[in-house]
Amino acid sequence: MINILLSRYRQGHKTAPYPKMNPTLPSRFCGCPKIKQEFCKSDCNKCVTLCPTKAIIQTNKSLAIDLGKCLFCGNCTKVCKQEIIQFTNNHKLSVNNRSDLIIDSNNSLLLAKQLEKKMLKIFGRSLKIRVVSAGGCNGCELDVNALETITWDIGRFGIQFVASPRHADGILICGPITTNMLLAVKETYIAIPNPKIAIAVGACSISGGPYIDHKEQVNGILGANINVDLFIPGCPPHPLTIMDGFMRLIHKIEE
Amino acid sequence: MNNYQFAKIQNGKLLPINSIPKLKINEFRNSIISNTHNGKRLLCLCADRSLNMFAVLSDDEKKTLWINCTQLYSNQYQSLTPECIQAHMFEREMAEQLNIYPQNHPYLKPVRFNNNLQKNNSFTNETLSLESLGPGLMDFYTIKGKEIHEVAVGPVHAGIIESGHFRFQCHGEMVLFLELALGYQHRGIENRMLGKHNFLHLKYAETIAGDSTIAHTWAYCQILEGLANNMVINPNILLIRSIALELERIANHIGDLGNIAGDIGFLPTSESCGYIRGAWLNLTAEFCGSRMGRNWLCPGGLQITNTKEEFSKILDSILKIWNSTESAISLMLNTTSVLNRLEGIGKISTIQAKDIGLVGIPARACGLKIDTRKTHSSNIYNKIPIEISNHSGGDVYSRTIMRWFEIKESYKFLCSALKKIIQTDEITNRPSINVNHLISNSICVSIIEGWRGEVLHFATTDSSSNFTMYKIVDPSFHNWFGLTLSLRNELISDFPLCNKSFNLSYCGHDL
Repeated sequence: MINILLSRYRQGHKTAPYPKMNPTLPSRFCGCPKIKQEFCKSDCNKCVTLCPTKAIIQTNKSLAIDLGKCLFCGNCTKVCKQEIIQFTNNHKLSVNNRSDLIIDSNNSLLLAKQLEKKMLKIFGRSLKIRVVSAGGCNGCELDVNALETITWDIGRFGIQFVASPRHADGILICGPITTNMLLAVKETYIAIPNPKIAIAVGACSISGGPYIDHKEQVNGILGANINVDLFIPGCPPHPLTIMDGFMRLIHKIEE
Repeated sequence: MNNYQFAKIQNGKLLPINSIPKLKINEFRNSIISNTHNGKRLLCLCADRSLNMFAVLSDDEKKTLWINCTQLYSNQYQSLTPECIQAHMFEREMAEQLNIYPQNHPYLKPVRFNNNLQKNNSFTNETLSLESLGPGLMDFYTIKGKEIHEVAVGPVHAGIIESGHFRFQCHGEMVLFLELALGYQHRGIENRMLGKHNFLHLKYAETIAGDSTIAHTWAYCQILEGLANNMVINPNILLIRSIALELERIANHIGDLGNIAGDIGFLPTSESCGYIRGAWLNLTAEFCGSRMGRNWLCPGGLQITNTKEEFSKILDSILKIWNSTESAISLMLNTTSVLNRLEGIGKISTIQAKDIGLVGIPARACGLKIDTRKTHSSNIYNKIPIEISNHSGGDVYSRTIMRWFEIKESYKFLCSALKKIIQTDEITNRPSINVNHLISNSICVSIIEGWRGEVLHFATTDSSSNFTMYKIVDPSFHNWFGLTLSLRNELISDFPLCNKSFNLSYCGHDL
């Protein structure tokens, strides 16, 4: 017992002082991309061809990236001599609508706003989420799990991951939703009492990720006809990005 | 081993297809059965669409790999499983993927419930009708009796873990039999690896099992490097890759120890491991930007060139985090109430482990000395060897303490490896492989010791150098059956603990 107390004393306080201060991100962290439109030659399209999920859209005049498909792999940065696309260390990526995930040379991402008034009143201080892994590779699941550890401690904001959809206020999907999981996801969603929210974490659950258009899956949460309140892109998104998304939804962060 | 029945093969090196002995089906069958009875291990039994069936065996004592093949002329053959249990999952997989029916297989059921089942007639008999076949919808082994009850768990589980279905036959609290139905995470990766190589394959390799990104990606890179006429990789690059692999191993083992501690209610360690695991993952992220090790390895070398300063900084961070790591885990393993809870639960005997072809941590926890880093990767680990840990209990405690042994060994390796890299003058990056110049009509077997166990990739090319077969064997493919054995005659309330002591991959199994 003494050893346990000593060890606890030595460990000290490990919870990050977030959101007052953001934890340090790794120096090679790939956050929100930035597009320098003026240098792009429209007849090149190397980045478009080399993007594994065809997330880069090139029209006559402009370049845009669909963050819902983006795997943040950096192929587009390596192939471009003018460095037109660069990934910054901006971890804020969460949005409310699927169309908001398309980022163009204006380089402005319409970040997620809080839930509407009535929902915020119910969920703002206590939000229970049921996480379903629907064909995920376990990357997003691990980073969602990390939020309950003492470094992030999502519980202090009233957010908890629960064991049953009957206890939940919303569903969080990781993975492209395989056809083998489609029924389970739908039943879990139906079992959550109204009012409820839905959150999509990771490229797979937003668009199918690397498995886009495979017949074994349905291209993510929209393929299961679920209305989504929060999209968090990434492959997998850093726990800070996921945390940021949640904080915006329950109005603990605004800027 | 007979040289005319098998060809010797090296990990990650190509072999022309026509140098592999092509035996008649009966001889093929007997060669595998007799050698597995003599202590060799069946690493892989698979077939391509032209019904060429391959077998890869390992002689762990002599550190050699062997391969042979046969051509099937009909969709049926005599099953190997009754005489070689290690083949059981592979035969079920071939029946499902290629409609190859193993006669007298004692347990023929689908593996992944892929979309092909409608056209498949391997599974139809009086009790299994195609209409009722779906993931989790099949005839489970049932025990009848007035006091027997059946418990079903999953696919959606209480915690944040992947999806799978478990069916228990119980008498009171005692589990008499456990059966699994997986396939919920099936995304169809293997089929997409066929044909002409394309750059999406690297992304598939990275996400086969997202927590084993480095292991699977390295196995995939080795395949391409082998097929690129045995391309020689700079030893420093191999050293950096092995640093990545050991970082992945440590982070996941710490996570497992934390989960096991949490499951038995020992909160001091479970809470500490939460933040310590994050600290180790952040070290991987310092190298490549991704906590899971994505966008780091690539065929031919690495995608990132790290500087000496970065390596030094990471070595300092490792030395700093080690004290907390050691203190948290020793606390758990020195507490008698913890040991009391873990010992004697979920035991598998050494004979069972050998019979079913268990690999990785569960195998080493049963006393089997199986580790690819020692047996088939001498080119990588000869300068800085890793001692392979062992324990003979076969129970939850053995599998738990094995993880601590491996963390210590990996830590020693990391310190030596990083010091060596820092002293090197030139840390080179890599060329890319010209995939139009892969050698045709060849095979390559690539094995990496991931943190769960042995990851195996096996590819064959045709005359145009396109992939005609790409088989992925995650260690979980062998080991799920071990979990079902460990639950027999145990209390059902010990299931979460046993499951966490194995911590197998659902998506690695389902592909």
